[in-house]
Amino acid sequence: MPKTTRPAGLTRRSVVKGAGAAATAGAITGFPAVHAQEPKVLRYLGTAVNQSSAIAKKVKEDTGITIEYVPVTTDEVTKRVITQPNSFDIVDEEYFQLRKVVPSGNLLGMDARRIKYADKITPIFTKGELPNGKKIGDQGTAPKKVFYLEGQTSKTFSAQPTEWITLIPTVYNADTLGIRPDLIGRPIESWKELLNPEFKGKAALLNIPSIGIMDAALVVEAMGLHTYADKGNMTKAEIDLTMKVMTDAKKSGQFRAFWQDFNESVNLMASGEVVIQSMWSPAVTAVRSKGIACTYQPLKEGYRAWAAGFGAPRTLSGRKADLAYEFINWFLDGWAGAFLNRQGYYSAVLETAKSKMEPYEWAYWMEGKPAEKDIMSPDGTLLEKAGVVRDGGSYEQRMGSVVCWNSVMDENDYLVKKWNEFIAA
Amino acid sequence: MTEQISLRDTVVPAPSPRLGEGARRASDDASGSRRSGATPAEAPAWLQIAPFAAIFVLFFLVPLGLTVMVSFWDYNEYQILPAFTVRSYVEIFEGCFVKLPELCVTFKTYLSTLKFCLSVWLITLVIGFFIAYFLAFYVRSTAVQVALFLICTIPFWTSNIIRTISWIPLLGRNGLINSTLVRIGAIHQPIEWLIYSDFSVIMSLVHLYTLFMIVPIFNSMMRIDRALVEAAYDGGASGWQTLWNVIIPLSKPGIVIGSIFVVTIVMGDFVTVGVMGGQQIASVGKVINTQMTALQFPPAAANSVILLIAVLFVIWGLTRMVDIRKEL
Repeated sequence: MPKTTRPAGLTRRSVVKGAGAAATAGAITGFPAVHAQEPKVLRYLGTAVNQSSAIAKKVKEDTGITIEYVPVTTDEVTKRVITQPNSFDIVDEEYFQLRKVVPSGNLLGMDARRIKYADKITPIFTKGELPNGKKIGDQGTAPKKVFYLEGQTSKTFSAQPTEWITLIPTVYNADTLGIRPDLIGRPIESWKELLNPEFKGKAALLNIPSIGIMDAALVVEAMGLHTYADKGNMTKAEIDLTMKVMTDAKKSGQFRAFWQDFNESVNLMASGEVVIQSMWSPAVTAVRSKGIACTYQPLKEGYRAWAAGFGAPRTLSGRKADLAYEFINWFLDGWAGAFLNRQGYYSAVLETAKSKMEPYEWAYWMEGKPAEKDIMSPDGTLLEKAGVVRDGGSYEQRMGSVVCWNSVMDENDYLVKKWNEFIAA
Repeated sequence: MTEQISLRDTVVPAPSPRLGEGARRASDDASGSRRSGATPAEAPAWLQIAPFAAIFVLFFLVPLGLTVMVSFWDYNEYQILPAFTVRSYVEIFEGCFVKLPELCVTFKTYLSTLKFCLSVWLITLVIGFFIAYFLAFYVRSTAVQVALFLICTIPFWTSNIIRTISWIPLLGRNGLINSTLVRIGAIHQPIEWLIYSDFSVIMSLVHLYTLFMIVPIFNSMMRIDRALVEAAYDGGASGWQTLWNVIIPLSKPGIVIGSIFVVTIVMGDFVTVGVMGGQQIASVGKVINTQMTALQFPPAAANSVILLIAVLFVIWGLTRMVDIRKEL
């Protein structure tokens, strides 16, 4: 077993960090009496974007838990949970994927009573509203629709709060278009600009069918062609209409490229191949950190939001379950939340994160105020100079303008077919 | 299809007449338990092929069988349902025949893939043949040959992703080529089709896979008896006549093997087509990939089976042109 060989290496590092208990356990492995002090290891399945080595290091320091990251792509997470539920102890995945995962019965409800901050989780997840009570858009797979299970091993969601939570939220954000203000040179205010002939050959779209079509729907709606009952759950006719608009644009050469990988979107934008495209927040930061102007442009039609959280595989029990809860409680305790907020994401328990951030950081990231001092990323690189205001403003402004959430549609099968047609067109 | 079966039959190596002492003892043990009526002399040969055969069965035939099986299963959002259905195949070819001459997605995708296949095959064949020719007939020293071969492998020193992404600074709108051309006044507007176009896909594939053409052709050429070239020269053949009537016929096995490599790789490629085509160009591999990520395993399997049949047809055609077994 490879696991038995690992503690030696980790132990050496632990000694350096002064985690004496773990060191002792490693040194005398094999004695039944110290079984309870076996190395604390959690296999953490998720996307690489969320798997920060800084978080793993801090967890180790604070709790002695060693996080073994299993990094895969967004779609691969779902595939792994369904096909190899024994290959991880905790999974970090997006809420929209739950509509595939939960009916498969491979996920175990998280016990709310064992989550210290369960009642402090932002109401965006539990009620679909901001902390100030304002309701936000719930088209698509809004987290509140898939937040509770009827029972721990239930395969159906509960509309009413129960003690069984599908995923304990970790991180969420509101996505919009990224633009190159220096190359566009005029204000951009609407999603419809993505298909504006002015940007012919300089626009890009992301090539993930379930998310790409929602961006497309925001464009179609902004152009005034159709108003969807639910952009996250279209009828076949609506899918046809949306793909027709996009196919026409593609045939007329509107798009420079489609991207699938975060880094591709950074390259497209930084090289100037593309001046307007669907983008993710850290990609905008990556372009800016190269010294290239890039705005995560707030648009009047609103944002498409997403959210991720921790779930447990069906087989999780005993000591591993204890470790998983210990880790999740640590995660919600503030340090990780502050870390995520400083990257431009949002954390699930706002008050604990606030306690671990400097007041000027909180004011910039969460309150939409001009930065009092230079804003640094968690790894210490300069993100913004003093005086800058965050794109989209405060937490309430950004999350309050969310109109739809990443989703899996009832007609997903049809959508995938249509998307392949779109690519082939 | 009969041609295929006969091909496979003869590919199985003839039993080796040589017997080691250990092998003979093992063969005695083995032959006792076998009912197939094989003579003891054949047993060592079976043992010799056993390890590879086991790997072949375990990691090729079994997965292939499973793929074929799953392609006939049903599925829903999160699982595959083991019930026989031809749903996946029907859906792949939905509207393909009634809508003709307008092409359906499947035909369009295959046409696009075949187009790349043909162009890349032709270009790599011409380039690969002449590089191999140069290496085999003009470079005399083995050391220089090896050195030049290593140079040919340079494209493989980095990962596929890095290799393809690195084209942007060269071919992009603000890339090296465009900015140079604009600076020297050859063009006024950057050329858009240098990247994210059919051109860039073909160029990138040629860049990557010419080596697969060079190696087998070079190998064939090195086996050509130089006396034959001299004889042609003595017989009064011109350089081109020698090339056409002596070198090319004798290089055919290499050409066919190289062609098989290139054709099979290009037919299945979706990473290069995706990155260099800006994900805007369809390929069969990409369709399969999209279906896999959407957890639609049965249609993905059905597409794989169809792709496999298409590739086998091409290879069958190639082997019709040259009898590889005879030539090797």
